[in-house]
Amino acid sequence: MSASRPRTLFEKIWEGHVVAEEAGCPVVLYIDLHLVHEVTSPQAFQGLRERGLKVRRPSQTLATMDHSIPTTNQTLPIVDPIAAKQVEQLRINCREFGVPLYDLSSARQGIVHVIGPELGLTQPGLTLVCGDSHTSTHGALGALAFGIGTTEVEHVLATQCLLQTRPQTFEVRVDGSLRPGVTAKDIILAFIARVGVAGGTGHVLEYTGSAIRALPVEGRMTVCNMSIEGGARAGLIAPDDTTFQYLAGRPCVPQGPAWDAAVAAWRELPTDAGASYDKSITIDAAGLEPMITYGTNPGMGIPISGAVPSPDAVGDPVQRATLAKALQYMGLEPGKPLAGHPIDVVFIGSCTNSRISDLRLAAGLLKGRKVNPRLRVLVVPGSQQVRKQAEAEGLPEIFRAAGCDWREPGCSMCIAMNGDELKPGQYCVSTSNRNFEGRQGKGGRTFLASPLTAAASAVTGVVTDVRTLLQ
Amino acid sequence: MEPITAFSSRVVPLPIDNIDTDQVIPARFLKTTDKTGLGKDLFHDWRYDVFGNPKPDFILNQGRAAGAAVLVAGDNFGCGSSREHAPWALLGFGFRAVVSTSFADIFRNNCLKNGLLPVAVDAATHAELMSLDPAAEVRVDLASQTLRLPGGREATFPIDSFSKHCLLSGVDQLGYLAEKIPAVEAYEQGHPARVQTGGGDKPG
Repeated sequence: MSASRPRTLFEKIWEGHVVAEEAGCPVVLYIDLHLVHEVTSPQAFQGLRERGLKVRRPSQTLATMDHSIPTTNQTLPIVDPIAAKQVEQLRINCREFGVPLYDLSSARQGIVHVIGPELGLTQPGLTLVCGDSHTSTHGALGALAFGIGTTEVEHVLATQCLLQTRPQTFEVRVDGSLRPGVTAKDIILAFIARVGVAGGTGHVLEYTGSAIRALPVEGRMTVCNMSIEGGARAGLIAPDDTTFQYLAGRPCVPQGPAWDAAVAAWRELPTDAGASYDKSITIDAAGLEPMITYGTNPGMGIPISGAVPSPDAVGDPVQRATLAKALQYMGLEPGKPLAGHPIDVVFIGSCTNSRISDLRLAAGLLKGRKVNPRLRVLVVPGSQQVRKQAEAEGLPEIFRAAGCDWREPGCSMCIAMNGDELKPGQYCVSTSNRNFEGRQGKGGRTFLASPLTAAASAVTGVVTDVRTLLQ
Repeated sequence: MEPITAFSSRVVPLPIDNIDTDQVIPARFLKTTDKTGLGKDLFHDWRYDVFGNPKPDFILNQGRAAGAAVLVAGDNFGCGSSREHAPWALLGFGFRAVVSTSFADIFRNNCLKNGLLPVAVDAATHAELMSLDPAAEVRVDLASQTLRLPGGREATFPIDSFSKHCLLSGVDQLGYLAEKIPAVEAYEQGHPARVQTGGGDKPG
């Protein structure tokens, strides 16, 4: 292939990481950075042990604990014995295999997709994997990042490589300016509502356009985070000055002349003029409203002014049954708006929306207001560093004064593995990424939305169009 | 891993699209550090009531599911979480193949690493499978990449030749990767580590 052939960002990263390629076999792809957490790694380490293998590159591997851990006082022992064993097993595995670990006592602990970027480990042009589907988050900095299963975790631990079939490319162009009250979360929810939860299957997304360029890096992470909810394992955003300013000075980025050289190399990464994608879609940012989901997958979303769709309008019988089942689970009537629907819980957190800018948005709305006293409102920072920054800015005081519960960092009620969970039948406006049945607790019912919509709904006690509270 | 051979089985229809891996195995069962023992919690929250009793109207609790090795589910099966516990739970129950019109990427990869066959068929075949007589059997043959319906008609299904070879011969894909270590070393010679994670707070 000619060196002058215009290439996409994805193609540049992919082609720079091919270790071996044989006819009839998948590509052997080199992995620059492997992030590990307690839930999807124990069986992989056990596999290494059984085969007598080592971790090939501990210095390109990093572990932390986020899923099973409490978000109450983390200095106390974990009450759930099975969770405690899993967390202890990660400590044992990291010690035995020499893998760096940010334990609960560490100032750098946090949700794996929050700490990678904030430490400056996530960098443009890297290949990055983790046994976690929201690894797509890291694509916000121009890294090819995707989730893998536990067998593949073992492959990467042992060889620093993965066997991969080359995916196709899908440009998601978002042009124009977002209107007040509309955020990065609404962009991605609108995209998934449009293409469906399988719309990106087999593809790597690249988000382009003026609305994406205008987003700060943390907003870009929110967008890339939910690429997997559109079926795409990875989502990418080309690195630019916004990216470099975000990374400059972070602990793990190159320093001095090496920084300048790195930035120069990163500037070569964006998709060349004339490069083509296998598929593309355009979204008008100015036409977007705050989004909210009504159903049991992230594609079942509507603008806040919209109404719940009717199964009667669906032709295909399996699709009709799927929608009817979702509405039955959610206890919603077709044709009615969601705005005004009573809720019981608000969750502000998760790898989608637990960064400092998310907390600032929510705090800005809650300052001087009270949450509806009927509600339980959980605010869970994404990492110890986010927590520290929030404390420095006085955000916990704002949340507490409003009547929210300010917690310690972790995945918390996004996945409900740690005791933070909905009770059966409860409705929750959540800034997380999945509204699957039972995701936030058995029988719990989730409305996915932005931190602004969540904060507004916390105040009113019903699903709320945040724009009604912005003067 | 045992080599995959052709087999015949009754089918278990689950006519719902976009079944996510949280339904296949809810997150609270992921605190295990083992791969085994997950079959009893497969589709837990659809399968059991609040008291833990089997719900008689759920297909997995009905006679036709006992001993069946083929699950037929709606489109985009296995979306959402990357948890490999999903194929482990399906295998633990006794399934050897899942049939759908399409699969989520990570789930498909996880299946192929564990000897659970993801069988993607056309819409007409899928509809026929959904409405089969409960006692009817289909035959799944990886070697010929065919699924034979009770009437004798055969539908083909795709699989990449590498995974097919590994599954038919019972070969672990890590073996192939391990053979490539010289190429990995050569790559690392030419590409110094792009990032270093440092020691962590508790170096190993």
